[in-house]
Amino acid sequence: MNAMIARIAPKALSQNAKNRTIIRGMATVNMAVREAINRGIDEEMERDERVFVMGEEVAQYQGAYKVTKGLYQKYGERRVFDTPITEMGFTGIATGAAAKDLRPVMEFMTFNFSMQAIDQVVNSAAKQLYMSAGDINIPVVFRGPNGAASGVAAQHSQCFAAWYSSVPGLKVVSPYSSEDAKGLIKSAIRDPNPVVVLENEMLYGTMFPMSDEAQSSDFLVPIGKAKIERVGSDVTIVTFSKMVGLSLEAAEILAKEGISCEVINLRTLRPLDYGAVFNSVIKTSRLVTVEEGWPQNGIGADISANVIETVFDYLDAPIERVTTADVPMPYALSLEKAVLPTVEDIVASVKRTTFRGK
Amino acid sequence: EHPEKLIDISIAILFAITMLSVRNSMSMRAANFKSIFSMKSMSSDAIEIALTRAFETHQIPFEFPSKAVTNKEELLNYFKIMYTMRRMEITCDTEYKARAIRGFCHLYDGQEAVAMGTEAAFDEKDSWITSYRCHCIALIRGGTCESVFAELFGFKEGMSKGKGGSMHLYSKKHNFFGGQGIVGAQVPFGAGLAFANKYNTKPGDPMPVSIAMYGDGAANQGQIWESANMASLWKLPMIFCIENNQYGMGTSKERSSSNNLYYTMGNHIPGFRMDGMNVLMVREGMRKAKEWCSSGNGPIYIEVDTYRYHGHSMSDPGTTYRNRDEIASMRTARDPIEFVKNLLVQNDLVSSQELKGIEKDIRKEVQDALKKAKAGEPLSVEHIGTDIFTEGVSYIRMPDRTKSFGSIM
Repeated sequence: MNAMIARIAPKALSQNAKNRTIIRGMATVNMAVREAINRGIDEEMERDERVFVMGEEVAQYQGAYKVTKGLYQKYGERRVFDTPITEMGFTGIATGAAAKDLRPVMEFMTFNFSMQAIDQVVNSAAKQLYMSAGDINIPVVFRGPNGAASGVAAQHSQCFAAWYSSVPGLKVVSPYSSEDAKGLIKSAIRDPNPVVVLENEMLYGTMFPMSDEAQSSDFLVPIGKAKIERVGSDVTIVTFSKMVGLSLEAAEILAKEGISCEVINLRTLRPLDYGAVFNSVIKTSRLVTVEEGWPQNGIGADISANVIETVFDYLDAPIERVTTADVPMPYALSLEKAVLPTVEDIVASVKRTTFRGK
Repeated sequence: EHPEKLIDISIAILFAITMLSVRNSMSMRAANFKSIFSMKSMSSDAIEIALTRAFETHQIPFEFPSKAVTNKEELLNYFKIMYTMRRMEITCDTEYKARAIRGFCHLYDGQEAVAMGTEAAFDEKDSWITSYRCHCIALIRGGTCESVFAELFGFKEGMSKGKGGSMHLYSKKHNFFGGQGIVGAQVPFGAGLAFANKYNTKPGDPMPVSIAMYGDGAANQGQIWESANMASLWKLPMIFCIENNQYGMGTSKERSSSNNLYYTMGNHIPGFRMDGMNVLMVREGMRKAKEWCSSGNGPIYIEVDTYRYHGHSMSDPGTTYRNRDEIASMRTARDPIEFVKNLLVQNDLVSSQELKGIEKDIRKEVQDALKKAKAGEPLSVEHIGTDIFTEGVSYIRMPDRTKSFGSIM
């Protein structure tokens, strides 16, 4: 069968990282987010010899969360290698390698560990182009899981979206679906600027449909453009990453009560697509922001300020923000559940903006 | 007794001096000093200079030379470049006091032989990164006195168009990566440059090296060991170079470092220490290091024993933590420029008069560069938002948001 397809439609056949032949161009498939990221990295490594993968356990262990599974077997040690547990050192190394036009895809096992290396990310990578007046660009990708997982407690649950997206010179993306994940990692790798990719551990195993187009090796999701996941008319919900899923669930519940929610998946946190938010607010007149980070100085705070500055006259209600509780993450399950935003929290916030119910 | 002969000799000397000054002014006009080093071959009038101080070694499996081979042309060039560096830094001192230079200004005078010796040993494929005390290295790698001054004045004619300042001078074309302000952060970056050099070289071919220079004050930074560990594991062509000028800001090495044999800090990694005031010794040491590292032996630690005449920066008089006698005796006994001058004169290569003439010319060149630099002006405010991303940004928010550039939508 494969031989026949190879003769008739050679481009329809391809090898995935597990060396299984799959037939493309036939249908949408369901794909887990971790596999989508894996494919994205694999395709970019095939396409550009300068792309390499580094991080703790990314090679022989197949990745702490299996995102880089199979890449070491396929590409070997020159292009996929393990680092010691020395974030500050290897983040600087990734930055220097990128300064000489290589394309490192560097993994932080979780972004909590990026705090050990944040000076290299911000002062060495993000600011380099500016300080050198355009002479030296740093085409590095810093990727890894961000935010809360499950039961991993205070030091392993922080969301870094607000911190990194405040830095001029950095691009910051945060995928939700498999399509987001694949398209964004590919765009990030091709981008000549430093890109922080905030993934989410809880989403890695979630399956999403991948269209024909999304499966192709040319598929890119542009950095800097939000996606309207659900069109609506009564209220705008702006969010990213895992909270997109919760927001869509909330929208379903609200729809049954006659409230039509527009859900915007930001995809990129920097440069943030304020235009998409403004246009939506102009349409709906109400705004709820949802994020997994802490409330003070968060993404929602920035979006709120910008909306008030630019499209205040269109608002019919105060803006609502849904965020994680203002505490370090506790361990006990019931406490963790109470700290993280829930679908109910989003529903309640939306209702406050529509002045319906308490 | 033979007046005609005397006249002949006088004419010959006059002719020689004229030719010398013509050659001098021609070589000084070189925008960078690369052309001076394009002649690697030794002419027939080579001389041998014994290296009077031994290389102190740690796990070094090879031999160091006990002498350096050089000639008049080379020594003269070293002298001219180092003297230019010296005059440039002294000019920065004056300009800083006149408030034409703002913020931080960390001067390198006293340390010229380290930069000069390194450049003499390397070629332009070798990557170089250093700390904020970077003016003189910038001068050798892509800068001119004029472009360095202009940068310190914040003008668009500066090496970083006035957007970087004293600590942020760069030239990718010349494999010079700054100019970095965070103590120690340049070292992992430098290991990354070494990584790229290895990645891009066919296995078996000699690799361009990468050198990261940092001070005794930086030497205890954890990220340096982190980089050294990885450089050793992956056999990167990396040189960890401690410019030991004896003080990290106001803290002497005895007070900051429980181990101040910095060249031993790589544990199993070979290291050596040499006299950073002797440009020939620096060159020979760097040559051996380049040989070692480019062949896939992994990294090496080099400690250069040097001294800065100025304080840590222009806000530090440099006399509260060290006494003036120490500074004065360094100038008398170990000044790197005097060292080269003595070699030239004592070996009858050049007369003191000629050297004075060259110094006068260089002082004038530096003053001319200063004058040209002063005629510059800063970038206009519209350029605030350039070079954030390579492709530009569509919106730059300003303090008064109605004066922002571009459109947020």
